[in-house]
Amino acid sequence: MTVVAARTPFWRKPSVLPGFGLSMGLTLLYLGFIVLIPLAAMILRAAGLSWDEFVGVVTDPRALAAYRLSFGASFVAAVVNIVFGVLTAWVLVRYEFPGKRFVEGLVDLPFALPTAVAGIALTALFAENGWVGQILAKAGLKVAFTPLGVVIALVFIGLPFVVRTVQPVLQDLDKEVEEAAASLGASRLQTFRHIILPAILPAALTGFALAFARALGEYGSVIFIAGNLPMKSEIVPLLIIIKLEQFDYAGAAAIGVAMLTAAFVLLFMINLLQRWSRSRIGAF
Amino acid sequence: MAPKRTFAPIAESPKIRIGLVLLSLIYILFFLVLPVVVVFTEAFSRGFAHYLEAVTEPDAQAAIKLTLLVAAIAVPANVVFGVAASWAIAKFDFVGKSFLITLIDLPFSVSPVISGLIYVLMFGGQGLIGPWLDEHDIQIVYAVPGIVLATVFVTFPFVARELIPLMQEQGAEEEEAARSLGASGWQTFWRVTLPNIKWGLLYGVLLCNARAMGEFGAVSVVSGHIRGFTNTMPLHVEILYNEYNLPAAFAVASLLAFLALVTLVAKGILELRYGHELAPVHH
Repeated sequence: MTVVAARTPFWRKPSVLPGFGLSMGLTLLYLGFIVLIPLAAMILRAAGLSWDEFVGVVTDPRALAAYRLSFGASFVAAVVNIVFGVLTAWVLVRYEFPGKRFVEGLVDLPFALPTAVAGIALTALFAENGWVGQILAKAGLKVAFTPLGVVIALVFIGLPFVVRTVQPVLQDLDKEVEEAAASLGASRLQTFRHIILPAILPAALTGFALAFARALGEYGSVIFIAGNLPMKSEIVPLLIIIKLEQFDYAGAAAIGVAMLTAAFVLLFMINLLQRWSRSRIGAF
Repeated sequence: MAPKRTFAPIAESPKIRIGLVLLSLIYILFFLVLPVVVVFTEAFSRGFAHYLEAVTEPDAQAAIKLTLLVAAIAVPANVVFGVAASWAIAKFDFVGKSFLITLIDLPFSVSPVISGLIYVLMFGGQGLIGPWLDEHDIQIVYAVPGIVLATVFVTFPFVARELIPLMQEQGAEEEEAARSLGASGWQTFWRVTLPNIKWGLLYGVLLCNARAMGEFGAVSVVSGHIRGFTNTMPLHVEILYNEYNLPAAFAVASLLAFLALVTLVAKGILELRYGHELAPVHH
């Protein structure tokens, strides 16, 4: 042990296991070449613009319209998913019903189904002659090729997140607390509001943030159903592709950096939420 | 007369139960069941012969082959990386570990379009080392290597994020015992570590493969859409769809949807039978 300890650098604890240098070296090399250097290349490219040029690109009216749509639709979709996600998690944990196993497995479909397939399937469903679109058209609601279509695609893509974050918390929730509340005269609704909801709230918000972050960058499932009209139904990732097709590399990089910044802020918030979530679970 | 005692309920009334279940099932039906059903219905809308033709014509075959090739490179690459990263992270203690884990998870928070964009900005004609590559006649972007790179990027964390928590939970005691009994490092890995993590590894490979074969946004940016050459299956679906050849688009899409369903079933079986041998989040 002393021999090992003597040769171990200060920044790691000694171990009798071999392979630290090899596995760590491989990890850093791979991480650097695949992820870090290419990401740095984008930031470098955007840095080639002067500050005024950069601000000009990321705040031009077409870009602003795209942010409004991307953030707005992602937010609405995440709200739909937090409501129905909590409901679905509740139903899956607390009730028995035929086909439960099937639903349980199917919830992860948006993770497994290629986004382009989801995109054309949702478009076929919600187009005016589609199965669902027909019914909605009678109610005067046009979904496909409008911002509402964007929301539909983003609801699909974000569906598993809230279910999967809330489910384990509900499973671990101690039923005795609910029984205590009931024995003290609380109605079922009161118990839900004052006992269950506070317990699952951090997990539900984590799921909400994950769904929102995923929706913000989503491309494949959205472009088929969106209509893609500039200023109206054009999402930010599409704007990047359009800039690339016009060989405006610096412009594409600038918008890319703006989106990456938004993604990092969200990632930071998700980490905080998860920490809060864990401390809550620990309390029960 | 004693007042009538009422007990507060500790469970919902049957009516509310049925109502909640139905509401949830409607949500699942509209957003998950119908999209899958519509893919297969549209795919076979002109009969089986048309379906077969759509998936066997040369461009579709080329797309299928390219998708298989890309997955055959990207998945093993990420398996090697994932195993190496989780060995370093789970079996050793060092400064900056949680930061490293954050970096490994990074590709999941990056938009697929940006995942493609960064390689165009690196290797494209106007890219960072694009001119040098041109001089040496090396084509990365708008060719197969670019598609592989973009796919590796988007599937980067799958194996690692499955193995890291699993191996952290298992600790290093068994490996330390093997070493003290005289096993070499590689013997320890093959005979002790690998059998312990095999189901978790398979789980990661499953998810990694599904994403690798289905990735659209990132691959779309780097591919250049050259029919028969740089078209993967999802890109082929897009081209057919934009040509209003819907039955053919859905026919190719149905193969991908089938892959997704197989992945879900295999994932479900793994969780059900080997749940305790997967990362702690699955038990």
